[in-house]
Amino acid sequence: MKLDELRAHICDTHPDLCPLFSIEYGDGTLQVVPEELHSAAEALKSLGFDRLGMVTAVDKGEVFTLVYRLQSRSLEAAIFLKADVPRNRPEIGSLCDLWPAADWQEREVYDLFGIVFEGHPDLRRIMLPDDWEGYPLRKDYQNAQVIKRPDYI
Amino acid sequence: MALVDRLGEALGRNQGGIILTSVDALVGWSRGQSLWAMPMGTACCAMELIAASFNKFDFDRFGTFPRPDPRHTDVMVVAGTITKKMAPAVERLYEQMPDPKWVVAMGNCAVSGGIFYYDTYSVVRGVDEFLPVDVYIAGCPPRPESLQDGILRLRELVHTESLAPGVRHERKLVLPFEPDRAASPASYDDDVKPGPGEGA
Repeated sequence: MKLDELRAHICDTHPDLCPLFSIEYGDGTLQVVPEELHSAAEALKSLGFDRLGMVTAVDKGEVFTLVYRLQSRSLEAAIFLKADVPRNRPEIGSLCDLWPAADWQEREVYDLFGIVFEGHPDLRRIMLPDDWEGYPLRKDYQNAQVIKRPDYI
Repeated sequence: MALVDRLGEALGRNQGGIILTSVDALVGWSRGQSLWAMPMGTACCAMELIAASFNKFDFDRFGTFPRPDPRHTDVMVVAGTITKKMAPAVERLYEQMPDPKWVVAMGNCAVSGGIFYYDTYSVVRGVDEFLPVDVYIAGCPPRPESLQDGILRLRELVHTESLAPGVRHERKLVLPFEPDRAASPASYDDDVKPGPGEGA
């Protein structure tokens, strides 16, 4: 399914999502507010986006952008679902009830970015040791044990 | 093993006569002839470790045989990046190995952290931070021949080890049917010849 068809399909079935749709870097993107993430995800799932390919986050300073990659084999399409959460209160609803694949993915985002997923069944660190301090993929992460690479190498 | 331990104590008290030292050297020699390997493979070096034990490189001809069970093995081959989360598990596996035991650090990551030395928060900079490493093998990853050479160097080390703690023989036991590797070092070109149709 082409992007125009995808946009038309979303606008036909869910007019409330239509203004949120945009094309970024050649990919269909839905930018939602965190409170509406779950309802938007539910709507996309009912459209046929039955696979959650990826969950990640981007540290943009003031906000973290949560990025969900949704894929559909019936539509032969894929879409990005994005939501900005404020840095001082990084909380967002979990999507584990819609896609079980979100379980470990959200744990990884929690592990590396410190974003709390409300409603997650088992939110704890997944890759780093349980007693780890800090969230390494945040831009302001400091660790005295890290050796800076010299410039001449 | 109690007999071996008592022999070691006796050798530690005095240097032993001609019979005891010969037995000591024989035990060291025989230990070196079958160094079963614990394949502690965590990253891409494990591919070379696996290749080393298959038929083209044939680790079995040196008496080295991979056993994925620490209780059956003599030498732990740490092949790959060890993260800070993995390190306690590696240490625990090492503790489960029966004495005497040795450690080979295979590849740059196991030697020093390799490419993860700089700008990395999660990687241990070399397994010698928590394990007593006997042989270091550089490479990213090393060829299977390098690993086999490392095991042969380790074998020479094991040959000189005495049952008495902290004692090493100055000369290793050379049996008549065994060529002295130090006297006639093998060329690397002889290790693996290209098979038919594989070209140079």
